[in-house]
Amino acid sequence: MTITRTESGIGPGGATPVAVQLTGIHKNFGPVRAVTGVDLRVTSGEIVAILGPNGAGKTSTIDIILGLSQPTSGRVSVYGMHPRKAITYGLVSAVMQTGGLLKDLTVRETVEYIASLFVHSQPTGEVLAGAGITDIADRRVGKCSGGEQQRLRFALALLSDPELVVLDEPTAGMDVEGRRNFWSAIRKDAEQGRTVLFATHYLEEADAYADRIVLLRQGEIVADGTAAEIKAMAVGRTVRATLADASEATLARIPGADTVEIRGETVLIHANDGDAVARFLLTQTAAKDLEITARGIEDAFIALTSDEAAGTGASR
Amino acid sequence: MSTIAPDFSQRRPPSLGGFNLTALKVEVRRLTRNRRTVIISIVAPVVFFLLFGLNRAYDSLAEGHGNVAAFVMISLALYGAVIATSFGGAMVSMERAQGWSRQLRLTPLSPVAYVVIKVLTALVLGACSVTAVYVVGAVTNKASMPTGLWVATGVSVWIGSLLFAAFGLFLGYLLPAENVLQLLGIILALLSFAGGLFIPISQFAQGVQDVAKWTPLYGLNQLVHTPLLGNGVDWTWVVNVFAWLIIFSGGAVWRMRKDTARV
Repeated sequence: MTITRTESGIGPGGATPVAVQLTGIHKNFGPVRAVTGVDLRVTSGEIVAILGPNGAGKTSTIDIILGLSQPTSGRVSVYGMHPRKAITYGLVSAVMQTGGLLKDLTVRETVEYIASLFVHSQPTGEVLAGAGITDIADRRVGKCSGGEQQRLRFALALLSDPELVVLDEPTAGMDVEGRRNFWSAIRKDAEQGRTVLFATHYLEEADAYADRIVLLRQGEIVADGTAAEIKAMAVGRTVRATLADASEATLARIPGADTVEIRGETVLIHANDGDAVARFLLTQTAAKDLEITARGIEDAFIALTSDEAAGTGASR
Repeated sequence: MSTIAPDFSQRRPPSLGGFNLTALKVEVRRLTRNRRTVIISIVAPVVFFLLFGLNRAYDSLAEGHGNVAAFVMISLALYGAVIATSFGGAMVSMERAQGWSRQLRLTPLSPVAYVVIKVLTALVLGACSVTAVYVVGAVTNKASMPTGLWVATGVSVWIGSLLFAAFGLFLGYLLPAENVLQLLGIILALLSFAGGLFIPISQFAQGVQDVAKWTPLYGLNQLVHTPLLGNGVDWTWVVNVFAWLIIFSGGAVWRMRKDTARV
């Protein structure tokens, strides 16, 4: 089952402007199907995490939103425009995972250069101060530490005062403290009404900083909801039993069942209410050797996003 | 959660595709800060002129409207200028390698405006190179030609070096960053010999001469010396320059399209 976000769950009704709208997005790289039918609607002011393991299609999806790559099929619009147009208007910016900086420019020159390309950009001095890099403004980028470079990338992303900031694995390679500082800066920024969309493969990061989590697995969305909703999905029980000739369709109809897996004669049913599932299995089916185990948050994430789950899981 | 509808009315795309003087200034500063580039494109031609242009015989030897020292000065100014503009163009390979090109694609800067900035930056370094050689030529008091020809030949060399900005861009998009500058140095040295910048190609064997006349520096070298020699323009030189201009800029556009393709 997929947690579907209802319209009523979003802000003050239909008046909220749509930041990103993806409709039926597919992206193939030759025979590789990186994104297989993603529908996503992000409204203004949301902080959304795209969570998934490596290869789930996070970067492909983000590149499409940024206009860096073209979907094989499907429609994408950013504030109602083509992504490239939204960028020329300074509505969207992104913080790159790595690279993206010239080693032989100074920090200040980098900011001046990028700022000069936008019609409206915030004053260089303010941007440097805001990112806490005033004291290294005259240092060559190549001589800055990884954390300092990341602060510079963040400063560049805010230059045009964008409505939407996209972050692709923004804290990869940061230490714990760097990560915490980075996110507190992002949160502070988002309080001013900026929309933030970030990709991560850290569950804790999505949990701690996003209003809404979109779980991606093998190029499709397997869950979409608030952190609390995803957690509720995560803290259930796994009921394991031996049951011959079980069918996914029948098992998925068991009251309270979230996901169903069949491995030969073994069935695994994940549910919030494990007792109800167990009661059903023992009274309504021929199930035996029943076992109920608590499921950790990590287990849930793995169950939802692992490759093995894709083939047999009834998570759709 | 309360959200305010974003107000886009104040926003608009930049004019000229994002081209602006601040970006140009930063690019020029960056190029001139590269010590190797400055040594090869400005110091080296000056040193060559001091070594080879000041031959005692050259200042008394007449050559067209001036003397041989002036002829050598023009050749070495061209040598410096094409190195400067090629290196300027080839900087794109480093930008691609460092992900800067991708960063720029997240800004309103258009690909055309980007190339214009690159070419103008290359031309600024080219102008420095020509000026340096000409100033040394004037200060050493060996090169001699009418004042008008100093200007005419200097400007011809500078404008002509545009051909090699296209060459640099082409190679910069074609080759990986690690070795593009070394490779460019070798290619330009060979082309300079073939183009007759160091020794007149009439000194080569006939077979070598026949091939040399097709190389990209030959026509340009002949043309920039025309004001001094006053010997008229051979149309094959003009064809040579324009043919190579089409090849280099076509190649640069082709590779650039491939590089920035939104796959």
